[in-house]
Amino acid sequence: MKIRLLAGLLVLGLAAGCGGAKVEDTPGSAAPQASSGASAGGTVKIAINPWVGYEASANVVAYLLKNELGYTVELPEIKEQLAWEGFETGDVDVIIENWGHPDLKQKFIDEKKVAQVAGSTGNKGVIGWYIPKWMADKHPGITDYKNLNKYAHLFKTSESGDKGQLLFGDPSYVSNEDALIKNLKLDLKVVTGGSEAALIKGAQQAQEQQKPLLFYFWDPHWLFSKTELVRVNLPPYTEGCDADPKKVACDYAEMDLDKIVSTKFAQTGGKAYELVKNFSWTNEDQNAVADDMTNNGMTGEQAAKKWVEANTATWQAWIPK
Amino acid sequence: MSATAVGTRSGLRVPGWAAPAGIAVLFVAGYLVFRGAGTLPHDDDAPQFLAITDLREWVDDNKNASPVFLYFINYIRLFVGAIFVALQSALHGLGWPGLIGLMAGLGWLAGGWRIGLLGAAGFASFGVLGVWESSVDTLALVGTAVLLSLVIGLPLGVWAGRSPRLRRALNPVLDIMQIMPTFAYLAPMVLFFQIGAPAGAIATMIYAIPPAIRITALAIEQVSPVAVEASASLGATSWQTLRKVHLPLARSTMTLAVNQTIMMALSMVVIANLISAPGLGSDIIRGLSRQNVGIMLPAGLAIVVMAVVLDRTTMAAAHRRAHERTARWRWPVAAGLVAGGVALTYALPPAFPGQWVLPMGGPVNDAVRWAEVNWYDATEAIKNVTSEALLNPLQGLLTSAPWWLVAAAVLLLAWWSSGIRPALTALGCLLAIALLGLWEHSMVTLTMVVVAVLAVLVIGLVLGVAAARSARYSAVQRPLLDAAQTMPSFVYLLPALALFGPTKFTAIFASVIYAAPPVIRLVEQGIRAVPHPVVEAALSAGSTPGQLLRKVQLPMARQAILLAANQGIVLTLAMVVLGALVGGGALGYDVVSGFSQRTDFGMGFAAGVAIVLLGIMLDRITQGADRRSSPHQRNSV
Repeated sequence: MKIRLLAGLLVLGLAAGCGGAKVEDTPGSAAPQASSGASAGGTVKIAINPWVGYEASANVVAYLLKNELGYTVELPEIKEQLAWEGFETGDVDVIIENWGHPDLKQKFIDEKKVAQVAGSTGNKGVIGWYIPKWMADKHPGITDYKNLNKYAHLFKTSESGDKGQLLFGDPSYVSNEDALIKNLKLDLKVVTGGSEAALIKGAQQAQEQQKPLLFYFWDPHWLFSKTELVRVNLPPYTEGCDADPKKVACDYAEMDLDKIVSTKFAQTGGKAYELVKNFSWTNEDQNAVADDMTNNGMTGEQAAKKWVEANTATWQAWIPK
Repeated sequence: MSATAVGTRSGLRVPGWAAPAGIAVLFVAGYLVFRGAGTLPHDDDAPQFLAITDLREWVDDNKNASPVFLYFINYIRLFVGAIFVALQSALHGLGWPGLIGLMAGLGWLAGGWRIGLLGAAGFASFGVLGVWESSVDTLALVGTAVLLSLVIGLPLGVWAGRSPRLRRALNPVLDIMQIMPTFAYLAPMVLFFQIGAPAGAIATMIYAIPPAIRITALAIEQVSPVAVEASASLGATSWQTLRKVHLPLARSTMTLAVNQTIMMALSMVVIANLISAPGLGSDIIRGLSRQNVGIMLPAGLAIVVMAVVLDRTTMAAAHRRAHERTARWRWPVAAGLVAGGVALTYALPPAFPGQWVLPMGGPVNDAVRWAEVNWYDATEAIKNVTSEALLNPLQGLLTSAPWWLVAAAVLLLAWWSSGIRPALTALGCLLAIALLGLWEHSMVTLTMVVVAVLAVLVIGLVLGVAAARSARYSAVQRPLLDAAQTMPSFVYLLPALALFGPTKFTAIFASVIYAAPPVIRLVEQGIRAVPHPVVEAALSAGSTPGQLLRKVQLPMARQAILLAANQGIVLTLAMVVLGALVGGGALGYDVVSGFSQRTDFGMGFAAGVAIVLLGIMLDRITQGADRRSSPHQRNSV
C-alpha cells in the first residue's frame, strides 16, 4: 500500500510538472475526468456569504446562469474572508457582493493576481449602529454617540455583564466595533449573536416589546421597511479615517458594493463571466428578493424566479449577446 | 438527628473531605484579599496572536516558493484532493438508484436482509430528506478520510500490537489526539492545506485515526500467545505468523476499529465544513447562520441516518453470523442488488425525483416558532436564572481571581485527586494557557465546562441509579442511549438553538445532552457491578434502599463514577467549544473568529492550542480513576 501511495504521489508530481505543486493546482488538473472548469456550459461556483441580501443577488445570478445560459451553479456556504482564499484554491469563482476589504484586494488582486474586480453590483451599502425607534423618541440625544455612555446601563443583558450590550451578527462580518468602543471610550461590550437572524429577531422584539437594544446592522436590508429603526451617529466618516483598523474612531463609509471573480474565471468563464460582470441592480430590487426569501417562505430559487419574471427588461441587459 | 451527631459523623470522614475543604477555604481567603489583582485580561492584539498571524501571512506568501510546500505539502494536498474527487465522481456516477443498490448489497453481505434493507432505506432517506447531493459529498469525504486512516492506521496498529515499545511511544500522542476537541484541528489545516475538501479530509483523518491504531493494536495483542507460539514452533516466519495467525484471529476486532474510525470521521466531517469542505455540514452551518432549524434538520437527520447505517453494517460485518444458512446465495444476491440499482440508474431520472422529497422546512420552522412563542417564558426563565445565579458569578470569580491563585488551586486539586505527576502536568497546561494570552477566555470556557459537568453528573447519577435499580426502566432507557451515542456531536446544537437562541446557556445545554448518555451508562454499570453479597448483607442488616445507595452502592461505585466524571468532562469540553456556533463565546468563538477574520487568525490558532491544554488539564485533574485505554468510549460500549 505504501508503494502505491508513493507511486500515486509520483504520478501526481509528473502530472503537475517538474516545478513542484503550486496552491492553485487543483486535483482536477491531475484527474481530468473530474469536474471541469467554468468554460462553456460548465460549473460556476458562487460563494454564499451569510446575509440574505447577498443570497438574493447570488440566487438571481444563479437562476439566470442556469436557465438562460445553461450553466451548472454551485452555491457553497463560505464566509466572506475565506471565500477570497477560495479564489486561489479553485473553490470559489465569484463573490457577488463584496463590502470593501481593501486589505484583501491588495493581497489577492494586486499581489497574488488570483482575483479581479468585475464591476459594481449597483447596490450602495452602509454599516452602522442602530436602536429601535421608540428609544430615540423616549431618550432624546441617545442617537449621539457622546451620550451613549449615559444610556449604556439600559443595554445591559445577562451576556454583557456590567457594560451595555452591542449586539453583533456573524463573526465573519466586516467589523470595527472593538476599535470603536475602545477609541471612543464607550461602556459597551460586543456580544455576538452569531447570525443575521439573531440581529433581525432582536430588532423586531426590541421595537414591538419596547425592549432596549443597540445593534450592528446594514443597509440595504428589507428590515427597514418593516421595523422602524434609527441610526446612532458616530463621528462622521472622513477619507482615510479607517485606514488603520486599530485606530478607527469614525463611522462606516458608504460603500459601492462590487463583484469579485477569480482571474481564472475571468479568463475562461465566457458568457458566465460576462453575465456576472453585467449584473447590476438597485437596493430595492435586492430588498424585494430578500424579503420574499425571509418572510414569504420562498426558497432562493423561487424568489429569484419571481423577480426574474417581473423584471425582464432589467436582466435582459445583462445577458451577453 | 441532632446537630452534634451530624457533626461527629462528618468529623469521622476527615481524610476524604478535609483536603478539598482546606483548599476551598484558602482559595476563598486568597480571593477576598487579592481579588482583581494579578488578573490577565484578554487582549485581541496580544503579541503572541500577532506573531502567529504574521507567520500565517509568511506561509501564505511562500507556499508557492518554499520547497517544503512545493515538493511536499502541496503534493499531499493534491493527492488527498485527487482521492476525494475520484470517490466523489464515482459515487455521483453511480446515480442515486445505483448507490442505494450498492448499500443494500453491502448490507446484505455484512448482515443479511435486515441490514441490507436498513442500508437501502437509509440511503433512500437522503433523497427523501432533500439532501442527496450533500449526502454523497459527505460520504465521499468520510470515505477519503477513513481510507487514509486505515491505510496509515492499520499497519501502525499491527506494528504497535507487536512492539510494546512503539505502543508506549504512541500512547501519550493518541491520548492527546483523543482529548483534543474537534475544533482545535482546523486552524493548522488552513495554515498548511488551505481551505476546501483536502484540508477537511486531512483534519477528519487526524481525528479518526486513533481508534484505528488503538483497537488494531489491542486486537493483535489479544491474539492467544499459544497460537503464536504454535505457529512459530512450526517454523513460520514472523511475516507468515502475522498473515496466517494474527490477522485472521484479530479480524473481527479489527472490523470494530473500522467501525470506530467511521463513526469518528462522521462526527468530524461536519465540522470540517467550517473550512469549506463540501457536504451536509454546509447545510447545517447555513441553518446555524440563519437560525433556521428547517434547513438544518434534514441535514442533521441525514447524518444520523448515515451514522446508523454505517454503524450497523460494519458491526454486522464484525459479527458475521448472518450467512450460516444462506452462504450459497451471498454473492449472487449482493451482485444482483448492485446490478439492479445500477440498471435503474439508466431507467430513472438522474436527480432524485423532486416529488419524493419530503418538504420539511416549513412545518419544522412552524413547530419551532410555536415552541418559541409558547415556551418563551419557561425557556427564558431557565436561561436567565442559570446565567444570573450560576454562570455569571462563577465566571466573575474565575476571571477576577489572580492567576496564581487559580493555578495554585488547580495544582492542589489535581494533587489531591490524581497525584503529583498529573498535578504538575495540569499546572504546566494552565501556565502555558497564560503564556498564550488566553487566560480570561479560558476561564470563561472553564466556567461553562464546570457548570455543564455539574449538570451532567447530576443527570448521570439520577438516571444511572434509576436504571441500575429498575431493570424495566433500564430496558426503556438503553435504546435511547444507544441512539444518542450514535449521533454526531453537531446534531445536539439544533434543539438547543431552537429552544434557547444563541447564548452561553445554549452551548451548555447542548453539551449536557451530548455528554449525559455515556455518563448515565457508566454510572449504571458501576452500580450494577457492586457485588451482590455486599448488597444482600446490607439489606439483611436492615438498610433502607436510600441507605443502601448512599452507604454501599455509591461509595463502592466510586471508581466508575470518577471515570464517568472524567468522560463527562472531556466530552463536555468538546461540545462547549463547538457551542461557539450557537453563542457559546470564549475560546470556541476565538477559533471561529480565527477562520472568519484574517487578522484574528493568530488568536484562533492560539485558542485551538489553549483548548487542547485545557482538555489535558481537566483530564489530569480527574484521572484519579483508573483510566481506561481510550477516553472516547461513546460508541464502543
